[in-house]
Amino acid sequence: MMYDLLTGPVLWITFAIFLGGLAVRMAFLFRLSRKKDSVFYNHISLSWGLKSILHWILPWASTSMRMQPFFTLMVFGFHLTLLTVPLFLNAHNIMWDEAFGLSLWSIPDILADVMTIILIASAVFLIIRRIRRPEVRILTSAWDYTLLILTTLPFITGFFAYHQWGPYETLLILHILSAQVLLILIPFTKLSHMILFFFTRAFIGFEMGGRRGARSW
Amino acid sequence: MADIQATLEKEFKNADFSLDIPKIRKILEANKGARIRTWLSICSRCGLCAESCFVYLSNDRDPKLSPAYKFKHTLGELYRRKGRVNRAFLEKCYEISWLQCTMCKRCSMYCPFGIDIATMISISRNICHSQGIRPKSLAEFSENCRKTGNHMGLPVEELVDTCDWMEEETEDDYRNVKIPVDKADVKYMYTINPREPVYYPQDISMAAIILAAAQESWTIPAFGWDCTNLPMFAGDRDLAGQQVKNVYAKAQELGAQKILITECGHAYRSLAYEGPYMAGYTGGKPPVEVVHFVKLMSEYLTEGKIKIDPDKKIKAPITYQDPCNVSRNGGLWEEARKIIPYLADDFRDMSPNRDHNHCCAGGGGIMPMGPDYKPARMASGKLKAEQIKATGAEIVITPCHNCFDQINDLSEEYDLGVKALSLKEIIVESMVVPDHMKLEDEIDNA
Repeated sequence: MMYDLLTGPVLWITFAIFLGGLAVRMAFLFRLSRKKDSVFYNHISLSWGLKSILHWILPWASTSMRMQPFFTLMVFGFHLTLLTVPLFLNAHNIMWDEAFGLSLWSIPDILADVMTIILIASAVFLIIRRIRRPEVRILTSAWDYTLLILTTLPFITGFFAYHQWGPYETLLILHILSAQVLLILIPFTKLSHMILFFFTRAFIGFEMGGRRGARSW
Repeated sequence: MADIQATLEKEFKNADFSLDIPKIRKILEANKGARIRTWLSICSRCGLCAESCFVYLSNDRDPKLSPAYKFKHTLGELYRRKGRVNRAFLEKCYEISWLQCTMCKRCSMYCPFGIDIATMISISRNICHSQGIRPKSLAEFSENCRKTGNHMGLPVEELVDTCDWMEEETEDDYRNVKIPVDKADVKYMYTINPREPVYYPQDISMAAIILAAAQESWTIPAFGWDCTNLPMFAGDRDLAGQQVKNVYAKAQELGAQKILITECGHAYRSLAYEGPYMAGYTGGKPPVEVVHFVKLMSEYLTEGKIKIDPDKKIKAPITYQDPCNVSRNGGLWEEARKIIPYLADDFRDMSPNRDHNHCCAGGGGIMPMGPDYKPARMASGKLKAEQIKATGAEIVITPCHNCFDQINDLSEEYDLGVKALSLKEIIVESMVVPDHMKLEDEIDNA
């Protein structure tokens, strides 16, 4: 009953808020930028914008990332899993297939398992880093920990449910619920960087590079 | 950070205690575009910016000096409280915005999201300024700009006299060195730092000697000659816009093809890059091309318009201080490195360098804020002192008055035994004097 509700109407509401929220936010920011930041449109440079993005989505491609190489490794493990496992997990694709007869490719379950462990390990590392490094601790609020835990929760619950460790039904419900909470939060929190990253990075890329030739990486 | 509480108390003493909250809210609203909104909302508090900041690195890695902390506790907090802040808060903003950040923009290259913290600090300065919380000296310099168009308040006649005097001074050593004032239809309108005519007018004659050697078509304008922009550092955005408009308008009036800027860092950033924003030009570009002295010198040397006497090349080890506003914020680091091989044999670059250089700790207006703030400059300059020391250089070339003075101060403070030199000094000392400038008796001797 609960399961049907969560994978039925609640799921649709979740997707609507997640995608709609991001779309509305993007549209709002775009309109606002035309109004208040229009002068910067003069300096748009596609190549500098792309270079700027590329140097920050490839691991260790920026000076900054090379200064903290292990952190970079962990962050990439974290983000790669975050995008790959939910989209390409076999169990998820079966659901898509059952519902629409359409699905994405699937990755082997063992790979999903390994990646999930990497994500959980990197989340632990990120929490420890937040506590251990004074310059990070001073910036960190309870909300930063909350978001990090919320991001990890669907993976922990999913991992346990898959391996049938603990009460399966409850874990599955928690898994779906936590993932939905996360998706709903994305458009309204710093997690919106999943989209906005590309714009801010491109901006500094052409503002520093297009105008002055300075490499913002 | 160096303890300068006494200075701050003096700075804030007798200040008007009432705040104009609606005015703060107006500035916040005006700046609340897509950029600022996005930056403020997506900072993920990763702390990567800390290690990019020379203030943080020089002051025992105090976490309160990380760029993210600094914007969070100034502009971030101003937005969060919707401008309803008190005086004590703005005094703290003052400390962060003027003493702990020179707006060198290095952190935005080290932030995964490229958040432009310097821009946010400059808005914080703008808000403090609107409430009368601003460095007194910068406010006085700004007042001079308002009244006379230049921050030293130098009257036109005195500038013209100084140019005449400097022209005469060259006559002992050279022929045909002219300092034309307000000449129309020239290639370069040469703009200077008002400290030059007031404190070291030789800088003007040195420029004239180099420009004469290259047989350049140029002039110094009688107004709009101040290329600096201390109102920009004071947080007086409107006046900063006026300051650049003065220069652009004069160049257009004289029909000059380009605006040439003396060896000054922030003047270049102001006129070539930020100026159009501050002046509200929707096109985002200056109406007249702006050329920095470094660029022109690299052209002269590579094209052979100026020749250097090989015997007079500098033998001592030298290094080059990339001024933030000429290199990272001006894009001219390679031009400087094209110049150096002509002038010196033993060049040792600092690390990091070019667009990733560190600020000398004298930028962002803290140098003209006066001697009371020197302890802060010296503390934050520790990293630069170590960088210079590591090169083993005895001479530091730098095409920026701020860097120049700061490096001499750092040399004394940290016992570096280095001397700062400007490009003009070196070029005038070592160039081959062309025939058209040689004195009659020298030609006879030869």
